[in-house]
Amino acid sequence: MIDKQSNDLAEVISKIKEGDTVAIGGFGGAGSPNMLIDALIKNEAAKNLIIVTNNAGQKEEGIAALLKAGKVKKIVCSYPRMKDSWVFEGLYRKGDIELELVPQGNMAERLRASGAGIGAFFTPTGFGTALAEGKETREIDGVNYVLEYPIRVDVALIKAAAADRYGNLIYRKTARNFGPVMAMAAETTIAEVSEVVEAGKLDPECVVTPGIYVNFFIKV
Amino acid sequence: MNTEERSLLAARIAADIPEGAYVNLGIGMPTLVANHLADGDKEVILHTENGVLGRWIDAPEGEQDPDLVNAGKVPIKLLPGAAIFHHADSFAMMRGGHLDICVLGAFQVAGNGDLANWHTGDPDAIPAVGGAMDLAIGAKQTFVMMDHVDKDGHPKIVANLTYPPTGLGCVTRVYTNYGTFETCSDGTKVRALFVNPALTREEIVRSTGVEVDFSGLHPAD
Repeated sequence: MIDKQSNDLAEVISKIKEGDTVAIGGFGGAGSPNMLIDALIKNEAAKNLIIVTNNAGQKEEGIAALLKAGKVKKIVCSYPRMKDSWVFEGLYRKGDIELELVPQGNMAERLRASGAGIGAFFTPTGFGTALAEGKETREIDGVNYVLEYPIRVDVALIKAAAADRYGNLIYRKTARNFGPVMAMAAETTIAEVSEVVEAGKLDPECVVTPGIYVNFFIKV
Repeated sequence: MNTEERSLLAARIAADIPEGAYVNLGIGMPTLVANHLADGDKEVILHTENGVLGRWIDAPEGEQDPDLVNAGKVPIKLLPGAAIFHHADSFAMMRGGHLDICVLGAFQVAGNGDLANWHTGDPDAIPAVGGAMDLAIGAKQTFVMMDHVDKDGHPKIVANLTYPPTGLGCVTRVYTNYGTFETCSDGTKVRALFVNPALTREEIVRSTGVEVDFSGLHPAD
């Protein structure tokens, strides 16, 4: 019988190894998988990580706590400057963390492309700006585009509202944000979920992330 | 601009947004436009980059839900008829030209529609872009809502950007406390669609970094 539910948080989080690229869901606090992040902080083998996530954490919780624990060498991110992002700011100013700043839509599409088997894509976003410097460009039908590559992800940590044992997921409101594309992009996807339901309880018409993209889920 | 001037400006932009339009309002001053969109029976559908189309209000005290926020991460309450989707779909909607209008703030706009609104160029600033570059190029029309001049009185409509660009040739219209102006592709001028009656044309010309074409206005305007 297929059952992707795990009850062993430490075992599941041990899938993350030194130097891995880890995509972490969330838009600010909405959709941030804080239980999984806290477990990752306790995973001693996981260090020198590259994390892919929209914001750089706030106060000293979630992503900010992960940064403070010294586990991250590089962050791929669209908006690291929030008024309470002092942990990131301190590391960045000291040169203790590398930042790859990516326009938010490019980040989403690069993750989607990674999961969808796309080798690279031309996007109009960022053309003529500092964030496209050194990148290949092309004019197609009178529009200027920038070549962007997929973001390869070893492990995705996401938050969902409910899962069945097949790993089919639904989300809650704007906590969905990057979850579906990160689940697609990663070799291994781990979801923390608020509720586990019997197979058949999720309307197949309404499943947002099909279980094929999910390897493990854990109930919060 | 004081609060009343901002509100007047927001109302002027809202009046130019037709019923049925799909609109993204940027963070900051453009969010004020929402206060005027529901005037009368007009229905306008809002888009927020973090994955909602629909109509909403700021969540009242006691109804705030950390899982339901807008692009500024402010809790919202959805009105009936909303749709929720993931980030790649949200930005596909922009990039794909499905949104009718995007209203953004700006540091500077060039006469040809180049936009600067993401970085001051200060080497000490922590760089952050969010959805600014996607939004700049993503709607059928990009409106900018801003003060006509900066804190030192310098024009914010300029011949060439001195701040780092967010997008090139993307702004179609600029709404300021001095008037409403259309950009033009050669960048030599902006075309006035409305001017603040409290100002003379000379004052507007002096505060604008490119030529201002008033030929579209009635002589009495």
